[in-house]
Amino acid sequence: MLATSAFGMTGAGAAEPQRLAVVASFSILGDLARQIGGDRITVTDIIGPNRDAHGFEPSPADARKLAGARLVLVNGLGFDNFIDKLMKAAGNPARVVTVSSGLPLLRKAAEKPDHGHGHSHAGGKAKDDPHLWQSPANVRQMARTIAAAFSAADEAGKATYDANLAAFLARLDVLDQEFRTAIARIPEARRTFATNHDAFGYLAREYGLTIHAIQGVSPHAEASAADLARIIRQLKAAKAPAVFLENVTDSRAVARIARESGAKVGGTLYSDALSLADGPAPSYIDLMRHNMKEIAAALAP
Amino acid sequence: MMGLKEALVDPFVEFGFMGRALAGVLALALGAAPIGVFLMLRRMSLIGDAMAHAILPGAAVGYLVAGFSLGAMTAGGLIAGFAVAVLAGLVARNTTLKEDAALAAFYIISLAAGVTLISARSSNVDVLRVLFGSVLSLDDDTLVLLVAVTSITLLTLAILYRGLVMEFVDSGFLASVSRVGGALHLTFLGIVVINLVAAFHALGTLLAVGILILPAASARLWTGNLTIMMALAVVFAALAGLAGLLASYHYALASGPSIILAAGGLYLVSLLAGRSGGILARLLPRHHLES
Repeated sequence: MLATSAFGMTGAGAAEPQRLAVVASFSILGDLARQIGGDRITVTDIIGPNRDAHGFEPSPADARKLAGARLVLVNGLGFDNFIDKLMKAAGNPARVVTVSSGLPLLRKAAEKPDHGHGHSHAGGKAKDDPHLWQSPANVRQMARTIAAAFSAADEAGKATYDANLAAFLARLDVLDQEFRTAIARIPEARRTFATNHDAFGYLAREYGLTIHAIQGVSPHAEASAADLARIIRQLKAAKAPAVFLENVTDSRAVARIARESGAKVGGTLYSDALSLADGPAPSYIDLMRHNMKEIAAALAP
Repeated sequence: MMGLKEALVDPFVEFGFMGRALAGVLALALGAAPIGVFLMLRRMSLIGDAMAHAILPGAAVGYLVAGFSLGAMTAGGLIAGFAVAVLAGLVARNTTLKEDAALAAFYIISLAAGVTLISARSSNVDVLRVLFGSVLSLDDDTLVLLVAVTSITLLTLAILYRGLVMEFVDSGFLASVSRVGGALHLTFLGIVVINLVAAFHALGTLLAVGILILPAASARLWTGNLTIMMALAVVFAALAGLAGLLASYHYALASGPSIILAAGGLYLVSLLAGRSGGILARLLPRHHLES
């Protein structure tokens, strides 16, 4: 049954050759592509909504997604290295567009030495923080890069892509203004929170937040008692008013930590993946707006 | 050099999650270890392992329906665990397959089905959690469940103790004189399943059976007396829980596997030095009698 439906999909793709076939490495890039490509493209995400990009292992079905693609959008910076392997396996000549190129990068906070307990985060050997999309300013540039790639691959659609890009940039501006207004309402001393996923560095820089990334806990392994104890001590020392859960880690453990450290538990912040269509973050703009509301609610005095 | 109190007591006082984890494993030890003794004497250790694996797809269906909901995952696990125990018996009786083959078949199917179901909807972290448990993040509901299971287990054991002992001496006897034997057996399976589900929440599907079997097998190597054996098994299980949690705290080791490894260490020591059938006791039978 699986095989039949897979052949069915390939058949449908071939029947509409005029659409530009785009593959995005993860759901947030997929959404940017949809915003800009509109009806002129088909987008397939490799890492779909609500899936963890960390420790992701592509399956043969993922390799097949690349088979008919003309453009492949990747984030780069070690976030989606698996694409290289997949491209070799698929052996097709699609153009790979790295949307992070040219953007000013932040260092990963997690590279700080940490009481001698060196926990290496498997896979991400790059020293730069890959979570660029957490700042709308970066996404402006990423959207431009994507629109330029679409226009180069499909010249007839250039006017459409440019119009969609302009509309999307306008929505980003509105989002940015809302964010600044929301942060301005929070007393300066409270513009700080802790999180178990070091993914919000660009957000913090953009809007003047201080974020205590909880160190030493890999999201892809069971935390040991020593890990949990270290987190609780760090939270107590940082005196952050709030701590945020992740949509991809063990919420019970984090709730436990918050209770013992006295920090307020914020709602779920979406970092690396959209939610499913019926969730609170089915698109990039929704994701950022959701995170904004959660942060504002948790930090409000 | 760390003081003894600092090393052994302070972690449980300073951190609530350590205290909870300890409460969880102690509750588990009190109920699961005696059940493990019966399981072992009945030569049902492998059935126990198969049932522990069978809990996974049941809990996974509960997870798909309701997310990480204690109730849904517990109910699913109970149903699936019980079903496999009964099914394996039926297959062994009604086909040419022996029970060990039937069990091996069911348990590997269960494991594959469970991992497939969980990973279809969620991240690798969730899969690790169901395989190896999350003893460090026991919430109030899970602790209540563990204590409830232990209470039910001890009560049932107290009521059925004589019948269970007789049945284990000669499982044909009760069955031949009445139907009580069958009912007793099913009740016992039920108790095994609830203990495995409790252990599943703390230690995960791959390790759950360890807290039943390892302390029981260790205790058997020290005594032939059933009552002492059960008490000793509880002590071993509790010691393993304590030592495993402390190892996880001081040496940053995964907590569930540490607990089972500690139980494994006690088992190896018992194998070597156990006074009732350990290796040394067999090599030096006279010394054993004199000492």
